[in-house]
Amino acid sequence: MSLRKKLHSAGHFLFGDIARTFGSLSVVLLVLLAIVPAKDHYREWLHYQHEYQSLIRNRSDGVSLARRFQGGVQQIWLPELGVVDRCQTCHVALKEASLAGIGTQPFLPHSPIPHSLTEFGCVICHRGQGAATTVEEAHSSTLSWEQPILPARYVESSCGQCHERPLEGTPQLNLGRAMLARYGCVHCHKVASPEGRAMTATDDPPPLDHIAAKTTRAWIFAWIKNPQAYAATATMPNFQLSDDDARDISAFLIGQSTPYLAETERETPPVPAQDDAAALQQGSSVYGESFCASCHAMQNAAGLMVGGNVGPELTRVGSKVKPEWLAEWLRSPKVYDPDTAMPHYRFEAKDIGLLMGFLGSKTDSDFLANVHLGPATPAQIAHGKALVNERGCAACHSINGVARPDNFAPELSAVGNLLLARIVFAPGMPHTLPDYIAAKIRKPRSFGNALKMPQFTFSDSQVDALVTALLAQTSRAQTLPAALRIPAASPSTYQPAGRAGQLMNDLRCFSCHTIDGRGGDMAPDLTWEGSSVQRSWLVNFLKRPNTLRPALIRRMPKFNVTDEEAGVLADYIMTVYQTPAFDRDEIDASKLSAADAARGKDLYYGKYACNSCHILDPDKDKGYIGPTLTQVGLRLNAAWIFHWLKNAQALRPDTMEVNWNMNDDDARAITAFLMQQKAAPKRGASQ
Amino acid sequence: MKRAFVALAVLAAGGCHRIPSSVPAASAFGVAIVDIGGEQQVAGVGATLDQPVVAQVNDAQGNGVAGALVEFRALGGARFDPPSGLTGSDGQFSTTVRLGSISGRYSLVATTRDKAGKPLQVKFAEIALDYQQTLGRELNEKYCSRCHSSESTAERVSNHDNLSVPPHGFSDGATLNQISRANLIAIIAHGGAALGKSPEMPPYSPTLSASDIDALAAYTRAVADPPYRPQGVFYANP
Repeated sequence: MSLRKKLHSAGHFLFGDIARTFGSLSVVLLVLLAIVPAKDHYREWLHYQHEYQSLIRNRSDGVSLARRFQGGVQQIWLPELGVVDRCQTCHVALKEASLAGIGTQPFLPHSPIPHSLTEFGCVICHRGQGAATTVEEAHSSTLSWEQPILPARYVESSCGQCHERPLEGTPQLNLGRAMLARYGCVHCHKVASPEGRAMTATDDPPPLDHIAAKTTRAWIFAWIKNPQAYAATATMPNFQLSDDDARDISAFLIGQSTPYLAETERETPPVPAQDDAAALQQGSSVYGESFCASCHAMQNAAGLMVGGNVGPELTRVGSKVKPEWLAEWLRSPKVYDPDTAMPHYRFEAKDIGLLMGFLGSKTDSDFLANVHLGPATPAQIAHGKALVNERGCAACHSINGVARPDNFAPELSAVGNLLLARIVFAPGMPHTLPDYIAAKIRKPRSFGNALKMPQFTFSDSQVDALVTALLAQTSRAQTLPAALRIPAASPSTYQPAGRAGQLMNDLRCFSCHTIDGRGGDMAPDLTWEGSSVQRSWLVNFLKRPNTLRPALIRRMPKFNVTDEEAGVLADYIMTVYQTPAFDRDEIDASKLSAADAARGKDLYYGKYACNSCHILDPDKDKGYIGPTLTQVGLRLNAAWIFHWLKNAQALRPDTMEVNWNMNDDDARAITAFLMQQKAAPKRGASQ
Repeated sequence: MKRAFVALAVLAAGGCHRIPSSVPAASAFGVAIVDIGGEQQVAGVGATLDQPVVAQVNDAQGNGVAGALVEFRALGGARFDPPSGLTGSDGQFSTTVRLGSISGRYSLVATTRDKAGKPLQVKFAEIALDYQQTLGRELNEKYCSRCHSSESTAERVSNHDNLSVPPHGFSDGATLNQISRANLIAIIAHGGAALGKSPEMPPYSPTLSASDIDALAAYTRAVADPPYRPQGVFYANP
């Protein structure tokens, strides 16, 4: 039988008469009707919901879990946040903490966070396609190309969309933001908050207008070739310059330099010879006593880096600076650099000489060993100037004849949701935004040798932190309701007045101390210092700072201020920096009773165990977290101690001191006991 | 037929080409594999561990074997770079680890084979912190570790040995796992004296909020060694 005949008979069998046709079509209709519920039955999310139900069935808490379970598509819609998400259709157990240990996704409960899942939804932090109801579309499909799930390591970036102030629980975001400011990213790239306030740099690139007075062309050449070879901690990136380019830039920089001081104003003190071991030792002592290490790091004999990172590392400084410049710098730094963070120490000429000898001995002959530069030609200088313009050197440094370029690099204020369609990926890299940003930071020239962005030396975790901070810069952040945003504290422009203000600028108090919201965080906040201390102690401390906190390396330097200067500063601090919270003289120390003091002693050593952290009797006490209290009766005001014991955070929000919330009687008793502590510290009495 | 042979040859060549690029062939074999470093690191979810994880393949005398193949595996989405490789001249193989996106403990398994092909394994436990535990770690760093950790650095000198009752380390699971969460929170909030312990532990309420103290308790549970095992749910009918 031929195929045609077979078809003919089949057609006759199915549609031969009206009854057969009706029967056949009914079967087709039934099948079609069955497909719809079957398709519904095999939906991914329904499968997960069934799986969840069988997972909880046999548990002891199964009944309550089942009662809280809601079937069907679950949607959160938050129009004011622009959130539509159906994630909880599959992630059914987000709020069931008891399931933490048992399973795998999608049934894991969400770890505890400060926000309600129903008020914020999921996509606002994790990104992804909220409206999707299949796994692939929601997380990583081509449909969600622009907004795939954010890898967990960057999730802190989502906090940063609303929180511009540092949060205690987002160390990676905080580090990333600090690095954007610290490593000079914001000199070239504008990074603005949703309010439109641009992030400001916290590094301090030196001006180059008088660079020839400070260092040699050979040093500039070696430094710009590889800053990290001079100092591992250098924040200046490597511009990967060729020898010729470095030669020409160094020629131009020396050529544009102007003198900053007339020859007649110079005086170079006698410098001890380099083989004078005793003088070097004395210089090292001056370095130590002046607490240079509070700001400057130096590699010690054991190869360990010791010191702060406010100023440049000094391990090889002898190979860098010219002695006559160093003498002037140590005498008064702001003459060379008006904006420097370095204080004006009132060094004696002898100490300057000793310091110069000590710092001059910190050389590294290898660093300049292979630098051989001929005299600069006009063509080289002109080429150097062109390169300085092209590379954007003036975005960070002040240079004669080169204007600071505006918007030198692309703005990054909304880089956190840059459209992928606008990105040119390097071959072989994953096509996601975080991968793109990370690759740009890690190796900018992998996107093309002609790119201007220099090479930084960051660890993996530092790159993750920077990517986190940049991913927080989304345009969604700008459209969020203002009520949701927690803006950063507005920068303070506080400036103390009069002669005291001039002195505080000269001593660069704000490099370390914060007053009224302005200044560094290395040393205590002095906003209410006038309510805290006694004038006589303050005058003494300004002249001869002694150690208050034995476990700290970074300490207040001795600035060698005169009696008159110390007096002016003390008067200003005592008068102006007073808290409105209490009256400084409200407790008369002389009227505190001996009985109170005795009870205070019991409380100090017993109930409150203050000796765990403070040393009061150097022979007996050991704790060294808080300041030494040996002479606290000469240092602090009674009223300050009293209120400090009641609520220290109200006086200094960032203090490590416990908020004791102490009752008045106990606080008064301990105040009485502490005000008695006026003994000179017993040195080695028991040894 | 001829065509099939060609196809087979191409496939075989492709296969041969791929094998060396992913897993190199071992040129030597040891009798044991040991943990050299990188164990018990704590990081945020999805983060790269600061220190690489290092395993060493040893011979019968306990000396390192160069050229032995070590392969790393882990559940939960932890990634290795590189995931496998040959040991160096010191018998060690080190890899950087990126933790998965779920908080908890990750067990990394390094495997090598002896001459007979029998697998030898060593395990490394690593810890990934969620938001709350990360907050706990930061607060611990600011308020607690000066006394609760006996390790000193040049910048931070430990106060641990100055106290008459030495505080327990936060990862001291043997002690802290025995204390219920409610008691842990009570000690942090109300201080040692309130619970009949040393008054050298001050009360941290109201310095820290209730959610901060929760975070500290969660952090101690997360880093406990031996690991903290919560009382599980009971299964009605296994």
